[in-house]
Amino acid sequence: MAEKQHLHLHVNGEPVDVVAPIHNTLLEVLRENLRLTGTKHGCELGECGTCTVLVDGEPVLSCLALPIELQDAEILTVEGLTEDGKAHPLQIAFAETGAAQCGYCTPGILMAAKSLLEKNPSPARREIEEALAGNLCRCTGYIQILQAIERAAAGDVGKPISV
Amino acid sequence: MAVIRDTIPAFELFQPTSLEDALALKRRYGKASWAYAGGLDSLDWFKDRIKRPDAVIDLSGVAELRGIRDVDDGVEIGAMSTLTDVETHAGIQSDFGLLSDAASKVATPQIRNQGTLGGNVSQDTRCSYYRGGWPCYRAGGNICYADTPTSINREHALFEADRCVAVNPSDTAPALIALDAKFVIQGTGGEKVVDAEDYFITPSTDITRMTILEPGDILTSIRIPGTWKGAQFYFEKVRDRQAWDFALVSVSSAMKISGGKIEDIRIVMNAVGPRPLRLHDVERQLKGQSATEDVGAAAGELATLGNRPLQHNAYKIPLMRNLVKRAIRGLEV
Repeated sequence: MAEKQHLHLHVNGEPVDVVAPIHNTLLEVLRENLRLTGTKHGCELGECGTCTVLVDGEPVLSCLALPIELQDAEILTVEGLTEDGKAHPLQIAFAETGAAQCGYCTPGILMAAKSLLEKNPSPARREIEEALAGNLCRCTGYIQILQAIERAAAGDVGKPISV
Repeated sequence: MAVIRDTIPAFELFQPTSLEDALALKRRYGKASWAYAGGLDSLDWFKDRIKRPDAVIDLSGVAELRGIRDVDDGVEIGAMSTLTDVETHAGIQSDFGLLSDAASKVATPQIRNQGTLGGNVSQDTRCSYYRGGWPCYRAGGNICYADTPTSINREHALFEADRCVAVNPSDTAPALIALDAKFVIQGTGGEKVVDAEDYFITPSTDITRMTILEPGDILTSIRIPGTWKGAQFYFEKVRDRQAWDFALVSVSSAMKISGGKIEDIRIVMNAVGPRPLRLHDVERQLKGQSATEDVGAAAGELATLGNRPLQHNAYKIPLMRNLVKRAIRGLEV
């Protein structure tokens, strides 16, 4: 029987207590113990980035991290992007530009984009591309994704879209 | 043999808070122990159920392995520093830009945030047969699946292959050799400090390992002396895709120019052999010459002498030749 560990985590601004086997990944604990299923399972080996969450503001792969190591850290998942029930400007911009097709890569990309905009509020296209280098979209919707992030950065959310 | 890519089987996790305790655990469990640094490659192996160590030793709580410090004329980097720490450190950027450049080209932002410098230099090969769990020489079996008439081996070795034709995939390892870094190892024999070049081994020394680390050893820090501070650096990594991918061939060089001539140079290729390949002959030939297109082209020819291509990797020969040329004359034509 696997050894379980009492974990004290800080997720989306709230302290949470979890009892989980030590060899469960952060992604497994987020999804299965905390029912935060917005973060997705993808390749499981660090190629796709769909499991990206923020740890102390920096994007990390939750499928390749052990939660026991992150007990002192602030973990932010896609569920934590909303404030007072209102969608984050990035989320609105993604909806407005049609930046999600199947949507599977979206949670990871939103988190990588949030981390970028916190550090660099008006990034150049090249800087956005570099920040998203670890996130794959298999529907090839990158153009709309880049446009959505530029739109959110420019504060243009809610304005009409010029095609 | 198939890759399972599944949930991780249970393992025993140790979280030492001092180097002394970490070493005691390494000593106690020996070959059944696993040093866990950034965790990326470790968890990959565990998910595939190809590596199943009895004792996983998490090094993240060992303070002695952290931090980047100025030492004498150079810098000492704790082995648990992340690649992002190395890439963004102001002193490394200004004095040893070759290393920050190489670190910035590793994989993706997420992987650089989690992966460590110690892990990057000590990483295992990416040979897909070995990674796929095939019982090859490196895995303790008696065949090389990458060197048969029907093998897929475009990513494999041109030099120093033995029964195993896999290559060293690290980006930071060749940069550290070019910078004359010293690797500090603690283990059963006390402290050992070795030249970066001597940290890496070929299959003729031990076909199951990439480095000199013994089961009881831990790489604790990497010291870069002032020798090449502010020299003219060049790093280029050629890969199929400009994100995530490992190098098909990379070049790292440090060059000092004096009176229009190359006073001293170090030039190291990676992903062409089982260890980073320092081009000693090329370095000797280049000293005293001007860093021109023609000199670079001649150096490129010399660099590739003695290569032994497999069925699908001969493209690496012109790649190597041209990377050496670019390292010497710079990118501009």
